[in-house]
Amino acid sequence: MTPVLELEDVSVAYGGIPAATGVSLRVAAGSIVTVIGPNGAGKSTLLNAVMGVLPAEGRIRFGGRDLRGDGVEARVQAGMSLVPERRELFASMSVEDNLRLGAFRHRAEGRAAATRGLDAIFAAFPRLLERRRQRAGTLSGGERQMLAMARALMARPALLMLDEPSLGLAPLIVRDIFHAITELRRTGVAILLVEQNARAALEVSDHGYVLETGRITLQGPSAELASDPRIVELYLGHGTR
Amino acid sequence: MDPTIIAILVQDGVVNGAIYALLALSLVLVFAVTRVIFIPQGEFVAYGALTYAALDAGQMPGSVWLLCGLGAAACAASLRAEWRRLSPRRLARLLAGTLALPAAVLLATRELAPLQPGVLVQALLALLIVTPMAPYLYRVAFRPLAQASVLVLLIAAVGVHLAMGGLGLVFFGPEGSRATGFSEDSLELGPLIVPGQSLWIVGLTVALMLGLYGFFEFTLYGKALRATAVNRLGARLVGIGTAQSGEIAFSLAGVIGALSGILIVPLTTVYYDTGFIIGLKGFTAAIIGGMASYPGAALAALGVGVLESFSSFWASAFKEVIVFTAIIPVLLWRSLRGGVVEDEE
Repeated sequence: MTPVLELEDVSVAYGGIPAATGVSLRVAAGSIVTVIGPNGAGKSTLLNAVMGVLPAEGRIRFGGRDLRGDGVEARVQAGMSLVPERRELFASMSVEDNLRLGAFRHRAEGRAAATRGLDAIFAAFPRLLERRRQRAGTLSGGERQMLAMARALMARPALLMLDEPSLGLAPLIVRDIFHAITELRRTGVAILLVEQNARAALEVSDHGYVLETGRITLQGPSAELASDPRIVELYLGHGTR
Repeated sequence: MDPTIIAILVQDGVVNGAIYALLALSLVLVFAVTRVIFIPQGEFVAYGALTYAALDAGQMPGSVWLLCGLGAAACAASLRAEWRRLSPRRLARLLAGTLALPAAVLLATRELAPLQPGVLVQALLALLIVTPMAPYLYRVAFRPLAQASVLVLLIAAVGVHLAMGGLGLVFFGPEGSRATGFSEDSLELGPLIVPGQSLWIVGLTVALMLGLYGFFEFTLYGKALRATAVNRLGARLVGIGTAQSGEIAFSLAGVIGALSGILIVPLTTVYYDTGFIIGLKGFTAAIIGGMASYPGAALAALGVGVLESFSSFWASAFKEVIVFTAIIPVLLWRSLRGGVVEDEE
């Protein structure tokens, strides 16, 4: 079966400095794949390159199609969604407007279809329903992360990429976020998750990659990685959150 | 100064202020969406006015040829930028928008211009000739620079302004023009005689503002434009094309500029370079409004209009000086208050 996403020997430079080198990675349909690694290993850079925000060398295939030359908008149109580390919400607009714009890709289907999508999202994230008229900029950190994920899901993507969804959030809310990620599995969307919180990331994912100073140093099924002595010592040993 | 004079000056100020408000809104809009400080806004006023005046005189306006030329250039620029991703449907849309549309406008102008079909048809035709130039210019001059700094975009805008100014002289000549107004009637309010054209100006300005409000508040594309202005990366991540938003913003600026020109040419003689100073006053209002707030810019524009009419009464030689000097205390106040207006991204 063709993987949803396939990276082959991908290198990305950020501000002239190589941030990721020769990365190869695949995400199978409906699976959750995580990339863990220390701060500054190039995890976010990699996601931004896959999304087309940063230029990359090497081959990036999405649904078997080479994405070379496609901009961010074309990749969204093709079915990719990225929830970036900084969320990038429309702060001065309402929660509902943020969500409706998330479905911009499906604008041809009309307003009624968008409203149905909105209802489904509100059912999954009831907190956002309570806040639907509120400006996105006034939400708490956890709600903002929820909104960013919900906005990305409004596009009904084939691949959802999450960049550090737990960053800066309280442990209880982190648990909610990861719960939401496991719930998403049932919708069939493939997820590429980048996390510093290795323990939680390996718990929810099927397959994991370890990225260190821009290179993949280890990979395997998440359960195996979670019991790998080196991983345990470096990333899980001190009871990371 | 007696109350009648004050009333006349205020009325004058409000009418001019309405035009400045439209221009200020479109400057804020274009800047928020594309980061371009749209210096050529004034050229659109002059082109709109002079195209309408030429049609009013039963002549073929030269600007229609510029429309065709710009359409072809925009077509070439888009083909170059998108040739890899061009589906047959998109190609058809591109050719229709950049080649067929100007050709149709050219034919219509040829048929209609000698007939002098009346003010409304002439105004519509002038809008059709001048408005599409704005999105074409965006494709040719600004879209390839979309990732450039505000300063580079400003320099490109100055270049477009100079080019359009020069071409305006070629197409319309150095003489000024005036044209028939939308209404010859006037309204008497006590000692005040309000010309019908002034009512048209204020009425259309209010209607256009309400229309823009509805567009931004209630339509998906309007919201997409706002989203682009609020967070450019966020907008791209939900699939809103920067190029598409830019084109819509420029089209609105084109309509607003051309319509402003059509509205003022019955009241004042317009030369090929008159637009610049009018545009600058809109710019003054936009700056006073902080380049970010639409109601702020509109209110400031009314203020600029009234200030201008009073200063032309008291010290007509210093009229422009007073209006443009008003920017300095506002900028001082803004910078002392510590609000950073716009950073380079």
